[in-house]
Amino acid sequence: MRILIKGGRVIDPKNNIDRVTDVYLDKGVISEIGDDINYELEGLELEVIDATGKIVVPGLIDMHCHLRDPGFEYKETIETGTMSAAMGGFTSIACMPNTKPVVDNAAIITYIKEKAKEVGKVNVYPIGAITKGQKGEELAEIGEMKFAGVVAISEDGKTVKNPVLMRHALEYAGMFDTTVIAHCEDMDLVDGGCMNEGYMSTSLGLRGITRAAEEVVIARDILLSEITGVGIHIAHVSTRGGMNLVRDAKKRGVKVTCETCPHYFTLTEEAVAGYNTNAKMNPPLRTEDDVKAICEGLADGTIDAIATDHAPHHIDEKNCEFARAANGIVGFETAFGLSYTYLVKPGILTLDELIKKFTVNPAKILGLGKGSLSEDARADIMIFDTDEEYEVHVDEFKSKAKNSPYDGFKLLGKVLYTIVSGKIVVSQGILL
Amino acid sequence: MKRDLLGLKTLSADEIDSILQSAIRMKNSILNDNKKNANLQGKSVVTLFYENSTRTRTSFELAGKYLGAIVANVPVASSSVAKGENLIDTVKTLDAMATDVLVVRHSMSGAVDLIAKNVNASVINAGDGMNEHPTQALLDMLTILEKKGRIDGLKVAILGDVAHSRVARSNIYGLTKLGAKVSVGGPVTMLPPGMEKMGVSVFNSVQEAMIDADVVMNLRLQLERQRSGLFPTMREYSRFFGVDDRRIKFAKPDAIILHPGPVNRGVELTTSVVDSKNSCINEQVTNGVAVRMAVLDMLTKRSVSE
Repeated sequence: MRILIKGGRVIDPKNNIDRVTDVYLDKGVISEIGDDINYELEGLELEVIDATGKIVVPGLIDMHCHLRDPGFEYKETIETGTMSAAMGGFTSIACMPNTKPVVDNAAIITYIKEKAKEVGKVNVYPIGAITKGQKGEELAEIGEMKFAGVVAISEDGKTVKNPVLMRHALEYAGMFDTTVIAHCEDMDLVDGGCMNEGYMSTSLGLRGITRAAEEVVIARDILLSEITGVGIHIAHVSTRGGMNLVRDAKKRGVKVTCETCPHYFTLTEEAVAGYNTNAKMNPPLRTEDDVKAICEGLADGTIDAIATDHAPHHIDEKNCEFARAANGIVGFETAFGLSYTYLVKPGILTLDELIKKFTVNPAKILGLGKGSLSEDARADIMIFDTDEEYEVHVDEFKSKAKNSPYDGFKLLGKVLYTIVSGKIVVSQGILL
Repeated sequence: MKRDLLGLKTLSADEIDSILQSAIRMKNSILNDNKKNANLQGKSVVTLFYENSTRTRTSFELAGKYLGAIVANVPVASSSVAKGENLIDTVKTLDAMATDVLVVRHSMSGAVDLIAKNVNASVINAGDGMNEHPTQALLDMLTILEKKGRIDGLKVAILGDVAHSRVARSNIYGLTKLGAKVSVGGPVTMLPPGMEKMGVSVFNSVQEAMIDADVVMNLRLQLERQRSGLFPTMREYSRFFGVDDRRIKFAKPDAIILHPGPVNRGVELTTSVVDSKNSCINEQVTNGVAVRMAVLDMLTKRSVSE
């Protein structure tokens, strides 16, 4: 299958490309980028995509999602999760290990990779657990998992409580050149809380979570990274204090990177009003000031990547008492539109900077060798529209889950095409 | 449209006032030994309490019966909830039995809002987590109104474990709407953040909170808070935050003393204060029945537009 993408504005931050030109894909790789390409070779099938007025970028990379497979297939499967990812413009996604069983050995990694090959719509990269069973007691088989194909290790959803074990995890993972992703949350400080601590939690009578619960562990893990010399990636930073810790650490040369998620720069704790369980996440939605800090961190480069933390849940797990409700939201299908609308439109990020945080940067952190339109690179491409406003309808999500606080939001930046290894998966906004 | 009473946060001053006026009439009727009012004849009231309660549940039951309603109590421990039925399924089942009013107490904030969204019956919040306990605040306000003749302009001190108290929240919403000046006082570990935004003054000393108060409302100290590290010992709590004969003098001489009960005598209030002539703690209980009658009556009345 040969594909010619004609007349779009092509943005490829890695190769410093930002101009109207054509992209030619052949045999699953990017064959050529150039003006007025014409390949009218007889007898060969050629699909021409008219991208006039649209933007052509490397396929998006999500370094933090939950596919729930194996074990929680009632929430999501590798098939439905990757369908959802494709709709959101993602061509590569890294899935967290909190499945059942936990991804803590080579066999489960092989299962995920095989299943993704069989039914997946996009590239799936498993992330392994740091400790066996995510129990925080003994290291998982990090070396074996690395050879089986994990792109990182993380205890996501949990913090490795014991700092000595976390230190050893960093040292050990460093030996295998494996990225370590830290979920930062001190459960003692969380103290049964279920939303941000402040006026809103007081007013709703819900137990609040102090921002210190997130920040003390960010500080700890930065220090552990510093003494071990092994890089660390901080997941879903949500507070001004967290932002400051990462910024200071970067300044003094610590090998720390971090991500945030669209909900931390588009929503505040106000969204919880009326006990809206679709606004319940971990870390919790914070305040106006934190949103401002996250935007500053995105703009000055403290935040390297935007990840979705795609966290699908069954309706019964959200349609219940707030304190009992599950954390998280469907992320894939709104992430890019939210980021474009809330970051590029108001001028917080340039389009080039935004694309970096969705492509080259996460690819670099995970060592994927992806995220660009370099010649001979796998043809992972996304094409989107910037002019036409569209409305989010959760009923139309391809994810099995519908838990999103963005139903009815009007956004810009609609994903029109998702191309994975030269294969069109989403065309004109429709999943093929 | 059905009507619920989920909290005082969303009620207007006029709505609160009309409930209080109705409660005064209800109280007159029960004190005049006329306990067979027929306003709720043919209506059913179900109480569903997920937390233990004697006074609130009994108060609702009697209020319903005094108005002629059929009242059923669901004891949660022996119901299908104990078999693991989820909340929405449980309340839908009760709703399907043609219940007119469902009175619910639940340990989680917001649970009663969730129930109201899922049933046709009118729902009354009898206390949800740390959120609201509107009928308790209404009975407190009725007591204040009776003793002081007004609420507007009074100074009310709410003392103790405000953070975990739904009684405090409902009172703050209700009292501030009716024009009272509310101050809260207690150990910093028991005062939640952002209270100033709710329109109250915050103090870490009960004396300061009580200065010139017309009403002193003390909250019940939950003994398990000691284990959570919110205060060291009962002895120390009572020494620094308990209200005794000496401290009560910071309030106005005619200040009334309220407590939602049951009182830990010698901890948040000394026996001498509980039993003093200014204490209205027993009066509150009578007013509880009157207020609940008024609320049941209001929610089951057909509106003019129907």
